[in-house]
Amino acid sequence: MPASTKIIDQKDFDRTLARLSHEILEKNKGAGNLVLVGIRTRGEFVAKRIAKKIKEIENREIKIGFLDITLYRDDLRDKLNQPILKGTEIPFDVSGRDIILIDDVLFTGRTVRAALDELVDLGRPASIQLAVFVDRGHRELPIRADYVGKNIPTSLNEKVKVCIKEIDGEDAVYIIEPKKGDK
Amino acid sequence: MPLNCKHLLGLEGMQKEDINSILDTATSFREVLDRPIKKVPTLQGKTIVNLFFESSTRTRISFELAERRLSADVVNFSADSSSVKKGETLKDTARNIEAMKIDMVVIRHSAPGAPHFLSNVINSVIINAGDGSHEHPTQALLDMYTIREKFGKLDNLKICIVGDISHSRVALSNIYGLKTMGAEVAVCGPATLIPRYIEKLGVTVFHKIDDAIQWADILNVLRIQLERQDRVFFPSLQEYRKYFGITKERLLKSGRDVTIMHPGPINRDVELSADVADSKYSLILQQVLNGVAVRMAVLYLLGTRS
Repeated sequence: MPASTKIIDQKDFDRTLARLSHEILEKNKGAGNLVLVGIRTRGEFVAKRIAKKIKEIENREIKIGFLDITLYRDDLRDKLNQPILKGTEIPFDVSGRDIILIDDVLFTGRTVRAALDELVDLGRPASIQLAVFVDRGHRELPIRADYVGKNIPTSLNEKVKVCIKEIDGEDAVYIIEPKKGDK
Repeated sequence: MPLNCKHLLGLEGMQKEDINSILDTATSFREVLDRPIKKVPTLQGKTIVNLFFESSTRTRISFELAERRLSADVVNFSADSSSVKKGETLKDTARNIEAMKIDMVVIRHSAPGAPHFLSNVINSVIINAGDGSHEHPTQALLDMYTIREKFGKLDNLKICIVGDISHSRVALSNIYGLKTMGAEVAVCGPATLIPRYIEKLGVTVFHKIDDAIQWADILNVLRIQLERQDRVFFPSLQEYRKYFGITKERLLKSGRDVTIMHPGPINRDVELSADVADSKYSLILQQVLNGVAVRMAVLYLLGTRS
């Protein structure tokens, strides 16, 4: 069994979500022109949580959509494994809106690159801002997040797992260290 | 899930999970078709050859659109303006094209088994776009997708295929696919156009169209293929229309809300009257639209399979 360390528990998780939501609202001076777009799978649930928080703070529903970036991946041609398509669902026109793009973990930046390409195929947003729950470093592309839940410095062979109650039964963040001898 | 097959040669023997995988994947591509930019970069760098030895409008345009919307490079070939006229064999044609570094071949041919033969002589991924009166798997898949879209399921639905069953690749692929998915399948047509022993495939046979309308949730009406009939199977088109044509009058008289599908092209007022083809009963244009999404799904799943 690889060793895993819980670095964010339920309470911290909730506080982090609340702070992220406040930061987003502060920078955009309210939720007026905002829409949320979560990257499937876990970004979808982080986005839903932030939408809920924003509703509590501003007392208004915010539009939310989900992106499946599989068709825009740059490693499809490597044919390592074929991901299952979960589908993109953006039930509104993105043109002219300020989009908060949301994912659970920011790592190489390649997923965000794919998401940006897909978003501009859907229309011409006024702006796109990036919010992530965890930034673990090791960027391979010139991409940075506008809102970061937690910066977690990691080594390349560690894994960061964001657990969400809806999928994993709890809200938490773990660092999983590789078994000794593993690469 | 990755498909269990390297090629799409037919639906005979195709596993249920593979069919489900294609239909589920098609849902994602159906969404792409509603975007302002109906194109994704998924098959960038792949080259696909459309080898059409037999004429086609819908299937060919549908495949080409699907390929281009996945950003593949597309080469079109049609038999009447090629070296086939000079006597080149299918094997030589295919091997020569493959030597130019291609990844996938979409083939339509009048000889049953041509795609299967091709899969033994070249290494590219082969997709059958219709081989004689054998199979037309992507048509059956888009039919199933369209049915599932409207009814939310395929199992326990009653589908009757009407018309020239003997010469129809659409009928055979639909029978294989629908049976695998748990639907009940029947065929209806003049006895001369229904193959003997078709019951062995587990289908019911009707010889009266009114019985079929009473039984079915969906009628998949086939085109009377005059070009495949080397002898006379029924006295006249008028007589065919009288006994087997689907008319509004017939549907109203039956009192049933039956859904009409047709793979196209329609012989208007022969197998299907114009007022039915353009009515609320008809899913025909839906089928055409879904065809692009289903073909994108097949190309994606086979083109990126490890």
